[in-house]
Amino acid sequence: MSIRERLSGNEAAAIAMKQINPDVVAAFPITPSTEIPQYFSTFVSNGEVNTEFVAVESEHSAMSATIAAEAAGARAMTATSANGMSLMWEMIYIASSLRLPIVMSLVNRAVSGPLNIHNDHSDAMGVRDAGWVMLFSENNQEAYDNLIMAHRIAEHKDVKLPLMVCQDGFITSHSIENIELIEDDKVKAFVGEYKPEEYLLNKKNPIAIGPLDLQAYLFEHKTQQAIAMKNAKKVILEVAEDFEKMTGRKYSFFEEYKMEDAETAIVCMNSTAGTAKFVVDNLRAQGIKAGLIKIRVFRPFPAEEIAKALENCKAVAILDKADSLNAAGGALFEDVTSAMYVNQKQVPMVNYVYGIGGRDTTSKDIEKVYTDLDEIAKTGNVSDPYRYLGLRG
Amino acid sequence: MDNLIEIRWHGRGGQGAKTASLLLADAAFNTGKYIQGFPEYGPERMGAPITAYNRISNNPITIHSNIYEPDYVVVVDDSLLESVDVTAGLKKTGAIVINSTKDGEELKKFLKGYEGEVYKIDARKISMEALGRYFPNTPMLAAIVKVSNVMTDEAFLNDMQGSFKHKFAKKPEVIEGNMKALELALQSVEKI
Repeated sequence: MSIRERLSGNEAAAIAMKQINPDVVAAFPITPSTEIPQYFSTFVSNGEVNTEFVAVESEHSAMSATIAAEAAGARAMTATSANGMSLMWEMIYIASSLRLPIVMSLVNRAVSGPLNIHNDHSDAMGVRDAGWVMLFSENNQEAYDNLIMAHRIAEHKDVKLPLMVCQDGFITSHSIENIELIEDDKVKAFVGEYKPEEYLLNKKNPIAIGPLDLQAYLFEHKTQQAIAMKNAKKVILEVAEDFEKMTGRKYSFFEEYKMEDAETAIVCMNSTAGTAKFVVDNLRAQGIKAGLIKIRVFRPFPAEEIAKALENCKAVAILDKADSLNAAGGALFEDVTSAMYVNQKQVPMVNYVYGIGGRDTTSKDIEKVYTDLDEIAKTGNVSDPYRYLGLRG
Repeated sequence: MDNLIEIRWHGRGGQGAKTASLLLADAAFNTGKYIQGFPEYGPERMGAPITAYNRISNNPITIHSNIYEPDYVVVVDDSLLESVDVTAGLKKTGAIVINSTKDGEELKKFLKGYEGEVYKIDARKISMEALGRYFPNTPMLAAIVKVSNVMTDEAFLNDMQGSFKHKFAKKPEVIEGNMKALELALQSVEKI
């Protein structure tokens, strides 16, 4: 039997880490992810985990220490947000290129400046091409479940890539909600032991990690990362299947909510998907055929599957919680529209940049998007595809 | 959706409105409900106006936004009435509970013609009597339980006894006073 609890998203992430019991955690505090290493360090001092906790002096060092630990052959985790992620930037790419399956909680927050501590997805979008597997979480439950599945995906021999689990800063990280926890022994059995094929502390097979890699090889090595990211798709589904057997909770690349006969649909990530579900239920009660696609796996991007899921819609809105400032549209919008084009699906699509810097996104905002979509569905025209939602006039 | 109850708390930094919202979430959780408890984070300073929220339902809650049309509002400090629009969006079918010593007619002047039920409670008096210090959040927690009827008095008191035992494990001497504050508050919240 699962354990009925009520936890904030940060507590849920810390509990998942406790149950995973990694060899090393290195972290530096930054709002709104601070509580994760804070709670975890309590587990360390209470002897509830065997983890070596490294209280580093910066996020650059946090990522460096987890890289070193993984390279040595240990299972390592960390957590950060926004500018902490920015300071890790150099090491983020090194972690993925060295094929080290580090797992990180990224509690999404606006990257400065000006200074803002609240939620948007600009931190995650900044590292979307860094070669990390990126999972997004609607609520505390998904932040927890994604972490429990994370190592199985990241450490798989066909993947060997670092993985980040995102959740919305404050909105879910600091909100107490119901959650179903899995028993410690079941998590331990599910996650399994980390047995790297090659690692620095293996004296029987001495290796070098991260030496100079010039014209002769870097291209091939980068392509291996790209292949690993493709392989991750298969592994993510296999791990989700095992997870469903254990918990009954079903995960895939994305959640299709009332999409079977949907004429209009929103595509979004993290907590806003919950608000959109509330709106979809209300619209369905009025006979309006609205649906929702909540992206869970943003990297690898499930392009073909998304295109198939949206092909029968009459109008689709993609919601981006980060502005790409590129005069064209947000990152998720570009990925989805590109997936449609390449797979030869023609559906009118519109982009809404929303929720920047913690601007609250209400059910009324989401209703407005569906109203706009009804209009687009009637005419088939999208004269201004790059829009804002919740922006003051 | 029909059974969803939404509550908005207005307090000042340091008065424990956030803690009260989390304790209410806990108590409702312990009676089998689905809950949310979350503060609206801003610059956190002693005395600055703060807002916190609760959603309580028999069904899973998916909505993740602040609450704009609450069923109930709790005002932990009546000095906020002059600066904060406490009845904004408050449903007529709901109620507002105010910690105040002002008389009913005077309080109503601040409520912009709010047509729903208005309750008041003297949380300072209760807190001083039960705890010897001013912690308005404990009486206000009991007051909103009474007014919103999200659970019975008995279930609430039983649950809080357990919570306080856990919360005050290192200073058990304050448990009795806190329980007394809750009991007094349940009895003395009055409709005006």
